[in-house]
Amino acid sequence: MKNIIGFIRQNFTFLTFLILQIVSLVMLSSYNKTYQTFFGGWSNQVTGNINTRYNNWSYFFDLKNTNKQLIAENAALRNQLGENFVAFDTTKKLGTLVLRKDSLEKIRKFYYYPAKVVGNTFTLQKNYITIERGSLQGVKKDMAAISPEGSIVGVVVEVNDNYSKIMSLLHRNSKVSAMLKRDKIAGSIEWDGEDPSVLVLKNISKSAAPKIGDSVLTSPYSSNFPAQLMIGKVTSVIKDPSSNYLTLNVKSTTNFYNLQYIYLVENKRMADQKNVEKNEAKNE
Amino acid sequence: MNNLIKNTTRFVLFLLTQIIILNEVPPLHQFITPYIYFLFLLWLPFGTKRITLTLLGFFTGYTLDLFTNTPGLHAAACSLLGYFRPTILNLLLAQETSEEVNREPSIGSMGWGPYAFYVFSLTFLHHFYLVLLEWLQFGNFGYFLGKVIATSMISVLLIFIVELAMNRRKIKR
Repeated sequence: MKNIIGFIRQNFTFLTFLILQIVSLVMLSSYNKTYQTFFGGWSNQVTGNINTRYNNWSYFFDLKNTNKQLIAENAALRNQLGENFVAFDTTKKLGTLVLRKDSLEKIRKFYYYPAKVVGNTFTLQKNYITIERGSLQGVKKDMAAISPEGSIVGVVVEVNDNYSKIMSLLHRNSKVSAMLKRDKIAGSIEWDGEDPSVLVLKNISKSAAPKIGDSVLTSPYSSNFPAQLMIGKVTSVIKDPSSNYLTLNVKSTTNFYNLQYIYLVENKRMADQKNVEKNEAKNE
Repeated sequence: MNNLIKNTTRFVLFLLTQIIILNEVPPLHQFITPYIYFLFLLWLPFGTKRITLTLLGFFTGYTLDLFTNTPGLHAAACSLLGYFRPTILNLLLAQETSEEVNREPSIGSMGWGPYAFYVFSLTFLHHFYLVLLEWLQFGNFGYFLGKVIATSMISVLLIFIVELAMNRRKIKR
C-alpha cells in the first residue's frame, strides 16, 4: 500500500497527464451519446451566447446582402399570392357531375420556420451551424434546413431550449438523397472535406449521361427535404472503370460563407415514412 | 503588469482571435488551417510547473472545443503540448536561465535559434497529434502528412508574425 502511494506521488504529473488524455479521447469517441446528454445543454447556452454577441457585429456589416435576399424572397412570395391565380369559370355548366369533396382543400405536408444563424464553421472537417431557435420554438431533430435562395444547407442534429445545431452539408458524415434534374436518376450528395464550395454526388448509375452544368436537385426519396430543391451544378464527372457508378463533382449553390438566415422545413409525415422504411416486410 | 492578469488577457485574446478570425477565414486549401491559440501556453513563464502546464493545456483546448463542437480533440493535443514543454525547454536552456522563474520564453531571453526550435517542435507536436486524431476518424495517409506539414508551417509563420508585432523584448527589460 505504501509503495502504491509512493508511486502515485512520484509520478503524479504523468498520471494526471494520462488521465486528461483518456478523458479527452473518451469525449472524442463517444461524442454523440454521453457528451450530448451531460454537457451539451449548458455549454451550448454559453457558446451560443458568445456567438450571438459576435454575430451582432458581423450581421451589421452584412445588412446589405441580407436586404437583397429579403427583397428577392418577398418577390418570390408575392408571386405565390392567391390573387395571382384565376379561379375556374363556374358560369359554364358542364353537366350534372358533382364533386362530393372539395377539391380545393389540400393537406399541408411541409411547414417552414425562419431561423437566425448565430454560429457557422466551414474551415473544419466536421462543420456545424448554430441557430437561435430551439425546441421551445418548435424545432425538432432531423428537420431540414434550406437557405433563403431555396438551396439546401443541412439537417438539425441537436436541439435545446433556445438554440439548435445543424449538421452542415460540409460535414464528413453528411448524406442527402439527390438526383440529376435531366434524367431523374438518384444518388447521394456527400462532402469529401476538400473545398467548401464543392460537393460530391455519388452512386449515380452509369446509364445516366450527365453533362457539365446540369442541375442537381433533392430527390423525392428524402424523408426530411422536400423534392426538387436546388443543390448545385455539375462541374466534372469522374468515371471509375471498376465500378458501376459515376461520381460527380457538384458546385454548391448555397453560399456557406455568409449565411445569415435559414429556413427550417418540417415534414409532418416524416415519422410515418421513417417507420415504414424501417419495418421489414413480414413475408420476406 | 501582474503576471496573472497578463496571462489571463492573453488567454482570452488568443482564443478570441482563433474563434472569431482564424476559424472564419475561408481556407486556401483543405490542408491549411491556421492555429494560434496555443501560443498562450508557449508564452507562460519558465517557472510554470509541468502539472500546471498540463492542466492549463487541457483547459485551453477544451474551451476551444466548446466553440468548434469537437469535444476532446484540441484538449488532448494541448495537454500533450503542456506536458512536453518543460522537456523541450530543459533540452535547450542552461540551468541558470530556467531558474529565472518569472521570465518568459522569447527571442530576447533565449536567442533566435533556440526559440525557433522551441516554437517549431511544440507546434509540430501539437499538429501531429491533432491531425493524427482526425486521421483515425477519416482520411488517408496523404491527408495526414500533408495537413501536418502545411498546418505547422502556416502556424509557425503566424506565431513569428505575432512575435515581431508584439515586440516583447523591450517590455521585458
